[in-house]
Amino acid sequence: MNVPAVKSEITAKVSGPSESAPVFKMAIKRRPWSDKAWKLAQSAAVRIVPPLIVLALFLVVWELLCSKPGATLPPPLKVFRDTKDLILDPFFDNGGIDKGLFWHLSASLQRVALGYSLAAIVGIALGTLVGQSIWAMRGLDPIFQVLRTIPPLAWLPLSLAAFRDGQPSAIFVIFITSIWPIIINTAVGIRNIPQDYRNVAAVVRLNPFEFFWKIMIPSAAPYIFTGLRIGIGLSWLAIIAAEMLIGGVGIGFFIWDAWNSSHISEIILALVYVGIVGFILDRAIAMIGAFFTRGTSVA
Amino acid sequence: MQNYLKLDHMDKVFTRGSTSTEVLKDINLTVARGEYVSIIGHSGCGKSTLLNIVAGLTNATQGGVLLEGREVNSPGPDRAVVFQNHSLLPWLTVYDNVRLGVDKVFGRTKTYVERNDWVMHNLNLVQMAHAKDKRPSEISGGMKQRVGIARALAMEPKVLLLDEPFGALDALTRAHLQDTVMALHQKLDNTVMMITHDVDEAVLLSDRIVMMTNGPSARIGEVLDVPLPHPRKRLELATNPIYLKCRQRVLEFLYERHRFVEAA
Repeated sequence: MNVPAVKSEITAKVSGPSESAPVFKMAIKRRPWSDKAWKLAQSAAVRIVPPLIVLALFLVVWELLCSKPGATLPPPLKVFRDTKDLILDPFFDNGGIDKGLFWHLSASLQRVALGYSLAAIVGIALGTLVGQSIWAMRGLDPIFQVLRTIPPLAWLPLSLAAFRDGQPSAIFVIFITSIWPIIINTAVGIRNIPQDYRNVAAVVRLNPFEFFWKIMIPSAAPYIFTGLRIGIGLSWLAIIAAEMLIGGVGIGFFIWDAWNSSHISEIILALVYVGIVGFILDRAIAMIGAFFTRGTSVA
Repeated sequence: MQNYLKLDHMDKVFTRGSTSTEVLKDINLTVARGEYVSIIGHSGCGKSTLLNIVAGLTNATQGGVLLEGREVNSPGPDRAVVFQNHSLLPWLTVYDNVRLGVDKVFGRTKTYVERNDWVMHNLNLVQMAHAKDKRPSEISGGMKQRVGIARALAMEPKVLLLDEPFGALDALTRAHLQDTVMALHQKLDNTVMMITHDVDEAVLLSDRIVMMTNGPSARIGEVLDVPLPHPRKRLELATNPIYLKCRQRVLEFLYERHRFVEAA
């Protein structure tokens, strides 16, 4: 802090009235951070205010429509009153399936984490095979194209028959739902590796293992992450439906249970949570993708 | 070592389904150690195919390539290529792009520190050491090509293959880079084979110019010696009678005797 002060004294002596120099300096020093904060606040407002306004309007309309006598769905204020305990204490555990929403969500997330991780590993491996080998593509691609159109829940009875237990069946449904976009996008990414990169690898004489890690994965990363992002969305869709059928702890079963007990407000609360968690999952994968592919954009 | 690199009765036929196109026919060429040879011809005459065969990226249908008396038919760092569009890996820094090749070639013979020094030495040769931590997207086209040259040089190739290395650059950058390549050739005395379609570039840089006839079935039409002493100065050559005569010969070959026939 000393140096600028001395400097300003010098300029003051040389160039003009002594009071003008410090004033000028203060102005320069203050502007960057206050400007930055102002800009940050502005951009935040631009992002946050419009959805808040729309949300408020939506809640008002909903309140008006559902407050009439004979309405089948509860208005938002009633939803809040009914579910206040669930919102304020998500961590209670009375044993069995009578648990707080945190435990339901975390049980669902664990299933997704397991099934999705398996799908990511197997999907990238199979996608690489299909993308790299023309014969693997000719043999496997038509089969994948048929299998991927099967709805997630159609796999559930079969997996229940095979595993004879709800937990692995749910994980299998996640796996089989999210693997197709990962396979297909990885294969496209591998197929689109520019011939130039292959030539470089050939001249340098990378072995297949080095080629996989140093050329294929980084080059196909944008495609792979597109597949991973679609996959996580699909697996979150599938787990809710699967849990409704297999029961136990989980947000899907919580919704089904609430329906059976006619707790409509709890269903609405659960839907809000499901939406928010799905959104966070999607953004998390997108952020990881943005981090890993920051150098991959071809210049 | 008069027959350092030898292309021996080389034919190349591309076959797709039942149709086959003969691209190169009976190519014979010997290159001495330390020689700078340019291959010039109209686009589509198969000069890039020729270079790819020497690099081992594609194989000749007949005949082959001998380097120091041994046949080569697969790619390797002894015939490092500077690609036309630089082909740097965009997810690696400038340093790591050069390091990739160095680690593979000298992984056993040099220590970690020596390899680092070697990478920096080669980046210094092309005046790119200052940008070692930048990614390819953050540097200009000319700089990328410099890094491409450093990457190839760092593999200590027996033959340096340049595939229209300055084709994608503007005229000023190109001249600057040509001077760099000339200085490097003077300093390191490596054997260079360069593909080009620029007559001035060929005469300025080469010891010999190989002129290709038009494809299909392109042959070597004529080989011209450029008896100009090194180092060469761009400005002085502009009025040098030998330079002008060589230039004239190449122009006559390309534009009178083997005019490019526009494909319909």
